[in-house]
Amino acid sequence: MKPNYYITSYCQIKKQTVSLNGNVVFHDDSEGFTDFIKSVYKAEQTKYPKFFKMDNLSKLAFLAADILLKNEALNTEIENNIALVFSNRASSLDTDRLHQEAIQDKSNYFPSPAVFVYTLPNICLGEISIKYKLFSENSFFIFDGLNADLLATYTNSLLDLNKAEQVLCGWVDFDENHYEAFLYLVSKNGKIKHNKKHIKTLYNT
Amino acid sequence: MNKVYVSYNNIVSALGFTSEFVVENIQNEISGLERIHDESILPNPFYSALISSEKLEEEFQKLDPKGAFTRLEKMMITSLHSVISDSKIEFNDRVGLIISTTKGNVDALDSENPFPPERAYLATLGNTIRDFFDFKNDAIIISNACVSGILAIAVAKRFIQQDTYDHVFVVSGDVVSPFILSGFNSFQALSGELCKPYDENRTGINIGEVSATALVTNSTNHLAPESVEIAGESSCNDANHISGPSRTGEGLYRSIQLALKQAKLKPSEIDYISAHGTATAFNDEMEAIAFNRSELQNVPLNSLKGYFGHTLGASGLLETIIGMHSLFNNTLYTSKGFETLGVSQPLNIIKSTQKNKSLHTFLKTASGFGGCNTAVIFKKNTL
Repeated sequence: MKPNYYITSYCQIKKQTVSLNGNVVFHDDSEGFTDFIKSVYKAEQTKYPKFFKMDNLSKLAFLAADILLKNEALNTEIENNIALVFSNRASSLDTDRLHQEAIQDKSNYFPSPAVFVYTLPNICLGEISIKYKLFSENSFFIFDGLNADLLATYTNSLLDLNKAEQVLCGWVDFDENHYEAFLYLVSKNGKIKHNKKHIKTLYNT
Repeated sequence: MNKVYVSYNNIVSALGFTSEFVVENIQNEISGLERIHDESILPNPFYSALISSEKLEEEFQKLDPKGAFTRLEKMMITSLHSVISDSKIEFNDRVGLIISTTKGNVDALDSENPFPPERAYLATLGNTIRDFFDFKNDAIIISNACVSGILAIAVAKRFIQQDTYDHVFVVSGDVVSPFILSGFNSFQALSGELCKPYDENRTGINIGEVSATALVTNSTNHLAPESVEIAGESSCNDANHISGPSRTGEGLYRSIQLALKQAKLKPSEIDYISAHGTATAFNDEMEAIAFNRSELQNVPLNSLKGYFGHTLGASGLLETIIGMHSLFNNTLYTSKGFETLGVSQPLNIIKSTQKNKSLHTFLKTASGFGGCNTAVIFKKNTL
């Protein structure tokens, strides 16, 4: 018989609001993403200077993961085998556009390694892995929209094969000042059954 | 769990448009890399292996395309078409499509590119490929830096074992563009000479372009002669740095250990390693440490970057296909560009083509930005 998996907790960042397990934990009226995400960082007392070097997608993904994981009371003295399975629509296009601007005009040519490294969507997985010392599986998928079915299947495969104890998965998209993060943690214990119906319901609330 | 195989395959590259033709060139130690000095692409000269545009157009037009397609789409469609034809699989909802790419059509962001910038969305690339062949399922796109191509094989296997699909066509590709070249150049990772993986005089990466495709299947009725079984796979993050590899090779070492465990094989039972070998100082050194920690230092090893350059999201799949043919032909191919060991730990690097070997298993590894590492072990199909 197949084991049951559960959604232990979930975090959303969208429309100037951060919520954890359905409860609003932060809201602010900042107009742009830059001010808003800085306010979230301060309000959450994140204290992680590397945050300021990150691109928009990594800032969004990092804070959503951090707000969720720090509430999990993980023992950071031991290794936590949490896989990361993220997805989005715009890949790293926000930073891709910055790099393209830097090379478009040959007379004003200034490509930068600090920008170029973020022209890959999976860099945000690296940022989270570094903070939480996760030596675990990580994959980044691109879909037109949240694909609850495939995310659930892939997460089940990692848990079935004992490739991870828990899986942090979901959607982190940043495109032209539109931002949206929805991350959820799947474990062997919990109350909400891990299936595509519940993933969709939580995503749409 | 049911066995999963990598079967029919194709490579569209500077060294030819079929896997067999490409492998023959490798056996003859012919490289696709050549020196290019074109300031409209990059201010300084560089080496690259580019697909002939004329040949690509000729092959692509045979497929009677309707509409406008980007260079990458032409490469991917040409390669995928060959594998679909060879495998004779009827499309239904049990047939999946996985696309592995790091940057897709990112060149569409360039204001001089004839395609609109919206073409750079990867889901658009997925839909274009899906619609060309009329796949019944949407494409699953994997964009996980330089491990994408080999990770895509592991992902295909996992979806088959979860009973989502019976067959998955995995197509990979990236094109050489000013976007990519300028970025690696800004990291001072791009070599102005032919790349020399693991050599003491290595000076960095060459970037190349290919599209490689393979069928991943659970069906023993659809196996090419060179098919291999996917015996073990694992991906582990370094949790160390986003643009530099771990100094202890931690993520790669762990990936290899877990892949060996799943394959139920000892290090001494691996006959060949198809390594990543980008020819940067840090990457090659990291790999040497990870292979030594894994007690794999005596296993014959090559990097194929000396033939194609680093082909980014395609490299893992490309090099897996060459590895499959290496096993089938019982031949170890030269690690081109290597002369004198330039890493701090011993490695058994293949210096000349060796035929009539008895090869049954191989390990494919890759590592990339974001601290990602993947190791997959393949076994010769003995059916």
